[in-house]
Amino acid sequence: MIAELGLAMLWIAAALAALQLVAGCLALTPKGGLFMGLVRPVAIAQGVLVAGAFAALIWLFLSTDLSVKLVAGNSHAAKPWIFKLAATWGNHEGSMLMWVTIMSIGGGVVALVEKRLREETLVATLAGQAFVSLGFYAFLLLASNPFQRLPEPAAEGQGLNPLLQDIGLAFHPPTLYVGYVGLSIAFSFAIGALVTRDVGPAFARAMRPWVLGAWIFLTLGITAGSYWAYYTLGWGGWWFWDPVENASLMPWLAATALLHSCSVLASRGALKAWTVMLGVVAFSMSMVGTFLVRSGILTSVHAFAVDPTRGSFILALLAIYIGGALTLFALRANTVTEGARFSFVSREASLVFNNVMLCGILGIVLIGTLYPLLTEAMGVKVSVGPPYFNPVSAFFAIPMFLIMAVGPLLRWRDDKAARITWAVAVPAFLAAAALLGIVIFAPAVSVLSALGLALAPALALASLMPLRGRNLRRTPLPIYGGVLAHLGIAVALFGMASESAFSTEKLAAMNPGDVQQVGPYAITLKGIDPVAGPNWTALEATLAASYEGAAPIILRPQARTFSNPPGNRTESALSTRWNGQLYLVLGEEAADGRWQMRLWWKPFAPLIWYGGVLIALGGLLALVGRVARDVKRLVATDKIAFRRTAQGR
Amino acid sequence: MKRLWLAIMALLAAALCSPPLAAQDLLPPAPYAYKQIADPALEAKAQTLMLTLRCLKCQSQSIADSDAPMAGDMRHQVRTRIAAGEDPEAIRVWLIERYGDYVSYTPQLKPITWPLFAAPLIILVLAALLLRGRFRRSKAAA
Repeated sequence: MIAELGLAMLWIAAALAALQLVAGCLALTPKGGLFMGLVRPVAIAQGVLVAGAFAALIWLFLSTDLSVKLVAGNSHAAKPWIFKLAATWGNHEGSMLMWVTIMSIGGGVVALVEKRLREETLVATLAGQAFVSLGFYAFLLLASNPFQRLPEPAAEGQGLNPLLQDIGLAFHPPTLYVGYVGLSIAFSFAIGALVTRDVGPAFARAMRPWVLGAWIFLTLGITAGSYWAYYTLGWGGWWFWDPVENASLMPWLAATALLHSCSVLASRGALKAWTVMLGVVAFSMSMVGTFLVRSGILTSVHAFAVDPTRGSFILALLAIYIGGALTLFALRANTVTEGARFSFVSREASLVFNNVMLCGILGIVLIGTLYPLLTEAMGVKVSVGPPYFNPVSAFFAIPMFLIMAVGPLLRWRDDKAARITWAVAVPAFLAAAALLGIVIFAPAVSVLSALGLALAPALALASLMPLRGRNLRRTPLPIYGGVLAHLGIAVALFGMASESAFSTEKLAAMNPGDVQQVGPYAITLKGIDPVAGPNWTALEATLAASYEGAAPIILRPQARTFSNPPGNRTESALSTRWNGQLYLVLGEEAADGRWQMRLWWKPFAPLIWYGGVLIALGGLLALVGRVARDVKRLVATDKIAFRRTAQGR
Repeated sequence: MKRLWLAIMALLAAALCSPPLAAQDLLPPAPYAYKQIADPALEAKAQTLMLTLRCLKCQSQSIADSDAPMAGDMRHQVRTRIAAGEDPEAIRVWLIERYGDYVSYTPQLKPITWPLFAAPLIILVLAALLLRGRFRRSKAAA
């Protein structure tokens, strides 16, 4: 019953999206005033209905209704409830429903709150949003129905991949999806503004909170995903340039560029065409990411060829939306002026430079990710990995970091380089001194790590410079946001460089009582015991770790075995200090009865993820600052309007 | 009854899946799979190389990052050869001969990968053109 209800709500929501598109288009015709008022309510109703459909699916998973194919295939009655919940989106159909749900709720919220834009532009935006979501409704209803029943209820569910039964991963996909879908709203705004020839500061201000929000979620999603890989894969790696990781990195890069160019457009009226273009690119990258992850093409091009329905569907959607948007852009290119001018030394110029560098990195990641798929289709398997991505992206990233240190200090439109000499000279001196120190004292460090280690402290200092000479209590929140986000980049960069330059690894076969030294830690194996959890059993090592002779702390890494479905997972044990992280993994029993242990000391590694969190926090501050100001303005205009009506009477 | 049937099926599946594992156990042990070379300089060299070799049985992990038995065997190979004084790039070439280009995360310069190496240059030229156009125009206006 619940499944049928969910399906019905999904169909009605799809029909409403169609209505929203048609009414939106009619409303923009000369005599369409009649339809103008229809679009907003329809968008809100569509959001509510699809949220209902998603709630129905969650209900089916929580109650483990095994007559539903999706539940039987991906869940199990014996799982903790939180993983039953996570199983809702831990599969293809559920995740696509989640995608549509977030997109339609986003559209509903735009319809509910957006008051700054011209009504025509807003209606065009909502029509664009309906157009995008219609494609995904079709995909769900025709090719991946999440509510499909089994002819005969299953006796027991097949469970969820053990790697996914982790609290970090349970909330990782929804976080990224909010990011992806936020960019779809930005895309809709870009379409709306192109259709009504309304690309200007008002459009940028309306779009900005969505871009910011999407960017915050993408940042958090990538950070959490990286930390998850770090502690569950059990070998201390935290970024693999895996296509799935790249699929989340590419929208982030595009969103970062979009965010900055959006700010220029909002406050200076410049970079109009560039902002619209980036809006299209950012959503394209979300779609490319979805295609890579959801089509099965990554396991093998051939696996994709065997069942190309889903992949082809997403590819067709990608072609329709991106092709359509680019055609629209080409048709309207003559009406989108470049906007206000600026000189070579100005904040706009530095932002343009860094946007181009971000797009350069994006291009590299895109090509490096897709190229192996291309050659595989031609019959040759090649790998593109860290030895390609690291140096090539650094080639674009290092100039970008340098400009990132300078840009926020420059004034809009036109500035003199001489004005900021000191603010630049101090960090530059710091970087040079650090580089010299590394070359002298740690000559074995690789070039990239050395550059990262030298640049990071200078960047951190430079990121604080915009606050100098300001009254800190009257500084607007978005300025703090920018400072914090840039500081986060420096912090993460330092963590990455330090982890790769100074990690020490110890692989050892140990008997209980044996002691091993790794970095500053002495590790004693106390014993190995079996333990059991709700749906797993495990071997657990008890280790005493003593930091430079201090009182030992007890750490317990596990090797878990899951039964539904069968699978293994290492559960590493981490101990974090201010200056680094100890990382312990229990391996297998060796032939002679000793236990294989893998021990790492990773100096300053946690800064990688603290940096990521700082970046997201910076975004949050900026978002709160912007939204608070919008709300204030909204209340003020409402009051004026109210007074006017009162006086009119 | 159904439960029992499922249990039997599960046992059968487990039995079918286990032979490769059992076969692994019969192979001579690869001592350097989980053991480092005593000389830290050589171990660092081996580690650098292992990070750039793909584990053929995993998704996007290097042999330095994987529990797969095959990755363990390859680590053993790499460490043994490095300890014997072989050049890392020679070991890479040897592995590519055995397993194909796929095994190396460092793309080899061949006609099939030319576009991959041309890409950064093309992007750089595009970026330079874009920036030049942008700034020339803004200068003209100023």
